[in-house]
Amino acid sequence: MSIEVRHITHIYNKGLPQESAALRDVSFDVADGEFLGIIGHTGSGKSTLLQHLDGLLKPDEGQIVINGVDITAPKVSLLAVRKQIGLVFQYPEYQLFDETVAADVAFGPRNLGLDQEEIEARVRESLRLVNLDYEAIKDKSPFDFSGGQKRRIAMAGVLAMQPRVLILDEPTAGLDPRAHRDVLEMIRQYHAARPDSIIILVSHNMNDIAEYADRVLVLDKGQVIFHDTPKEVFAKSAELRAIGLDIPDLADLAEKLTARGFTVPGDLFTIPEMARAIAAALRGGEGA
Amino acid sequence: MIRDITLGQYYPGESILHRLDPRLKILATLAYIILLFIVNEWIGFAACFVFLAAAIALSRIPLPFILRGLKVIFIIILFTFVLNLFMYDGTVLVRIWKLTITDQGLKRALFMAGRLILLIISSSLLTFTTTPIQLTNGLERLMKPLSKIGVPSHEIAMMMSIALRFIPTLLDETDKIMKAQQARGADFESGNILHRAKQMIPILVPLFISAFRIAQDMALAMEARCYRGGEGRTSMTEMRFRKRDYITAAVLLLFAAGIITLRVLI
Amino acid sequence: MEEIIRLENVTFTYPATELKEAFNALEDVTLSIEKGSFVAVIGQNGSGKSTLAKCINALLLPAEGTVRVNGYDTKDEAHLWDVRQSAGMVFQNPDNQIVSSVVEDDVAFGPENLGVPPAEIRTRVDEALEAVGMSAFKKNAPHLLSGGQKQRIAIAGAIAMRPQCIVFDEPTAMLDPKGRKEVMKIIHQLHQEGITCILITHFMEEAAQADRIIILDNGHIYMDGTPREIFTDRESLKALGLNVPMAVELSYQLQDLGIALPAGIVEEEELIEALCRSK
Repeated sequence: MSIEVRHITHIYNKGLPQESAALRDVSFDVADGEFLGIIGHTGSGKSTLLQHLDGLLKPDEGQIVINGVDITAPKVSLLAVRKQIGLVFQYPEYQLFDETVAADVAFGPRNLGLDQEEIEARVRESLRLVNLDYEAIKDKSPFDFSGGQKRRIAMAGVLAMQPRVLILDEPTAGLDPRAHRDVLEMIRQYHAARPDSIIILVSHNMNDIAEYADRVLVLDKGQVIFHDTPKEVFAKSAELRAIGLDIPDLADLAEKLTARGFTVPGDLFTIPEMARAIAAALRGGEGA
Repeated sequence: MIRDITLGQYYPGESILHRLDPRLKILATLAYIILLFIVNEWIGFAACFVFLAAAIALSRIPLPFILRGLKVIFIIILFTFVLNLFMYDGTVLVRIWKLTITDQGLKRALFMAGRLILLIISSSLLTFTTTPIQLTNGLERLMKPLSKIGVPSHEIAMMMSIALRFIPTLLDETDKIMKAQQARGADFESGNILHRAKQMIPILVPLFISAFRIAQDMALAMEARCYRGGEGRTSMTEMRFRKRDYITAAVLLLFAAGIITLRVLI
Repeated sequence: MEEIIRLENVTFTYPATELKEAFNALEDVTLSIEKGSFVAVIGQNGSGKSTLAKCINALLLPAEGTVRVNGYDTKDEAHLWDVRQSAGMVFQNPDNQIVSSVVEDDVAFGPENLGVPPAEIRTRVDEALEAVGMSAFKKNAPHLLSGGQKQRIAIAGAIAMRPQCIVFDEPTAMLDPKGRKEVMKIIHQLHQEGITCILITHFMEEAAQADRIIILDNGHIYMDGTPREIFTDRESLKALGLNVPMAVELSYQLQDLGIALPAGIVEEEELIEALCRSK
């Protein structure tokens, strides 16, 4: 499974006075098993890019090849695309509609034309993946749950399609700290259990991106500015700030400590690592 | 395509038309439309045309923008034209198979199509030069006398105003829901009518629920801002007839008088 | 110390539904808020913070106990509008609190409801928009604005009613980082100008900016103190499922590794200073 995005350009309002390029000559690859983080200020083209990856939008120029298939070709089967690619939008709980949780989660598999047994197995499995009790909730109305639970039910609806590529657009938006951590942990577990699956996470939270992503794609005004490991990308703090983005808290701390004469690596994104590095720096007697 | 629906959109500006009292504009548009259907011969029609052209010029709204609204109902105009063309008896002009085009038919077709065009343009002109708030305020003031006989004019105006405010929001919401369901394999394009109707459920249910959620939130927000109905409410924008409104009203009355006279005489 | 809001033994009960039994969202809560202060209320979802917010401006009335705003009892129907005028509110969803399709008309909504004379409404609207930095957008359509801008309009709408206190119910939960900064900046500004600000949030960085933090847990006040007092109690924060600020967590872990640091470090700057001195 791999994704190749080749020179895609997408223009809104073509020919009208408000014509604007949402994406301009965007190219990048995503390898098997990779966890890609996408960052960019609001309006940088992130949402548009995600919709292209799922075939919801077609580019004006360029191609997107997923697992050898050009999904931007005129006659491609979108259902085949959506078998491979799962897209969880922001506030996915707003898409819940069916009478029972089981029926709603089964919507995707039903559209894929699977048989009843397979559908039920998938519904069971995907609810388990989001840490919800299938037996307890399958016949309840999806609207009878808290915001965080509804979100998990909606996510299960996408996971039930068993996509090889899982794209999540700000999955933690509006959640409280505990639910935020739970959702990210869930994504990490999903990825760990499927070594050749690809996860694409769009987020405004630099700490999350730094902690989970293998590589980071930075978008600004529809163009790719950086595409590298978190270490490399977040080292470019000045450039990131110039385009309205922050760097992870720990990277910021490392920068400030380095300015004061401590030598602390800028690519540590968890607190225990940072604590050890600072302790080492102090004990090693480094610094002016 | 949804964005092409210019009917109901406001086009910001400071022209005379923008600054006229909304009540006058609403009544004038109504009156104009009625006059359109009273008019029955070329002179009167030409006068209506000139009157509207003058209004468009005064509004300083670009002509392409105004005409864009006609695109959507072009089919209806064409249909009306063709229907009328073949319907009437009179001196035959052209014969196509079993259908005849008479001079009466031609006149009626041109008039009906013309009326439709002028009607759409004049209503559009109203909404282009009047903000939704001004429209609902204007309607509320006009309907106020009715509240004495129990018509809840303020509540109706408030409902219309909020509905107008949420049209773009709900359109966006619909778009998002459609995309989310498509991402789960829903297909809104193929299948017969029955199938496509069923496919609407994954869109309509979330949309209704969103609408209710919005309504609940709005109710709290309005109460928090001390909303308690129309009693004792003031308005930031006062509506006062000014010189330009009186002059416009006078011109309108003269115009109406002229049209009616023509109808009676000719 | 003049008191502006007082809750006394307030209990709020949500009635039983098909799915849930009746439960007390707030239980025997007593607290006093000083005029001109900036108080943050934090807690998990379900801790009662939103219920508390709505009890302050009488959107909800307590089953037991009293809530007083500026001396008025929220249960007193005769003074309901005085309560709501004194304690304005900004809600979480930027879209669902905007009534009108033109920015300045929306800001005018509150004063119009209060029966303020038209000329004065105009003045208040202009001042309120100026205060939130949105004067240039007076005639714009709200739905085309960003989340942060919409919230600023909502704040302007509250300011235009000239309240003494504004309750912000998770105002930044649905915003991007830029929008969050915009809103927090205005809250600080308002606080400087003497308006009592009550911020309901689950973002630690925001709560850290207040003078006083109240932590709610299951309808009770779990802790009430300065940011320093609250954030250094790492165990309690963890037990409640709340985030511990980075500097606090790092200090603890460094101490566990044997590095001596002064107690009570809350902010990044303090940590940096302390580390520099340890060199």
